[in-house]
Amino acid sequence: MKQLVEKHPLAIRWFHWLNFPVLALMIWSGLWIYWANDVYRLGWGNTTLFKFFPQSFYQAFHLDHKLAQGMSWHFLLMWVFFLNGLLYVLYTFFSGEWRYLLPNRDSFREAGQVLLHDLGLRKTAPPVRKYNGAQRIAYTAVILMGLGSLLTGLAIYKPVQFGWLTRLLGGYEAARIEHFVLTIGYVLFFVVHVAQVVRAGWNNFRSMVAGFEVAEVPVNEVKK
Amino acid sequence: MQPDNQIPPHPSPDGQDLTLPPGSPQQQEAARRTRRSFIVGGLAALGGVLGWRYLLQRPYADGTPQPFRRVLDANGRLSSAYFRETRLAREFPKSQAVKQVRTNGSAGLESEIDLAAWRMVVQPYRGGKAQEFTLADIKALPRVEMTTELKCIEGWSIVVNWAGARFADFLAKYPLASRSGQPVKDIANPPSDLAPYVSVVTPDEEYYVGLDMHSVIHPQTLLCYEINNQPLSIAHGAPLRLVTPLKYGIKHLKRIGTISFADERPADYWAEQGYDWDSGH
Repeated sequence: MKQLVEKHPLAIRWFHWLNFPVLALMIWSGLWIYWANDVYRLGWGNTTLFKFFPQSFYQAFHLDHKLAQGMSWHFLLMWVFFLNGLLYVLYTFFSGEWRYLLPNRDSFREAGQVLLHDLGLRKTAPPVRKYNGAQRIAYTAVILMGLGSLLTGLAIYKPVQFGWLTRLLGGYEAARIEHFVLTIGYVLFFVVHVAQVVRAGWNNFRSMVAGFEVAEVPVNEVKK
Repeated sequence: MQPDNQIPPHPSPDGQDLTLPPGSPQQQEAARRTRRSFIVGGLAALGGVLGWRYLLQRPYADGTPQPFRRVLDANGRLSSAYFRETRLAREFPKSQAVKQVRTNGSAGLESEIDLAAWRMVVQPYRGGKAQEFTLADIKALPRVEMTTELKCIEGWSIVVNWAGARFADFLAKYPLASRSGQPVKDIANPPSDLAPYVSVVTPDEEYYVGLDMHSVIHPQTLLCYEINNQPLSIAHGAPLRLVTPLKYGIKHLKRIGTISFADERPADYWAEQGYDWDSGH
């Protein structure tokens, strides 16, 4: 029997949708900052496979000569990013939502099955309880990445006052690279996330806005 | 609090037909909740866009909209509250120092300079006649050598071997920074009437930085006259420059002209162009 089932609590929907523009603006202002010393690349020796970023990229999005503006945006929005993330973690902890989100002992096996299914190599997807194993791993990892951005960011922002943290992360230059790599990680996460949301369809997308999902519930589980 | 109708374990919904019968109570409920949520979400998004645009359109304060400047300043106050003079910037083995030290910008260095005639002018905090110091006066103070990381606000950093006199030692010998004329003997317990801010300006007044006194009397803040054991070149700020690994490179003023003390934050070249006044590490 088809039923409306509650999927995402209101608080989680707010945390999710506030994080989206805030993280986007953090990345955008981060690009303005990065432009001022854009030295990272993929490659070895004199061979460069990809330079972060080609000149055309900066020009297309007018990312150049905005270092001061980038820093002022970054150091305002960092508070929103941090508080929103902290409240999300506290909420998932106290509401018990963490039970759906943290990977368990089945998650890694399940994630493999999900991957095979999504690639069309396996007929059935494993059963899910709100999230499948791959989702649990991805959504927990992205929160850890958020913590990573916070810590590497702090190590770059105050490398003397938080010198112990900067040293722990391998020094000032290493912390900058880690901060950058995490940002690339968010972009990759975003691409996969949006592709999966498109693939999962309207019912799933709507649940992140309206909270409920239509599901086929076995009759003996329907509450009277 | 858990909702009544919680999601049970179920097969992946992929490929299932999940359309609700038109006109059914569930379909009406779904339509109502969907409509309400998207309207609230849309209004929140609109509010967010308008709010952000409002912040960006506020009058500018030193090259950045007022609300952003307030947050930069609040961050600076928070860092000062957390600041401890016992926290030192990392020091490196001298062998790691770069041989060719990068330069960046020439504001304040473009006028002619006669190194023999150069004097550092210091305006006492309590007023009165400015005092002049020669390079020999600075060199008479204990020489401190340190190898620290210079971090440019642009994002690059280099390890540099510096030598000079501690600013704190200068203020210990020449008590010009307190109203009562007391010297800075112990940086952990400075005189209570010590000026809160220090201004450093190039002789041509083209480049100027403002610093908080905590950073100025920190043991790693130097009146620097050598790089790699060689006297400073003109491009590196001969004959005397400021070095403080507690701040970005923009505060490492080259070719010191005048030093004065203030109750309010002194003018700062880059802070006027939208950067954080504190720019501290």
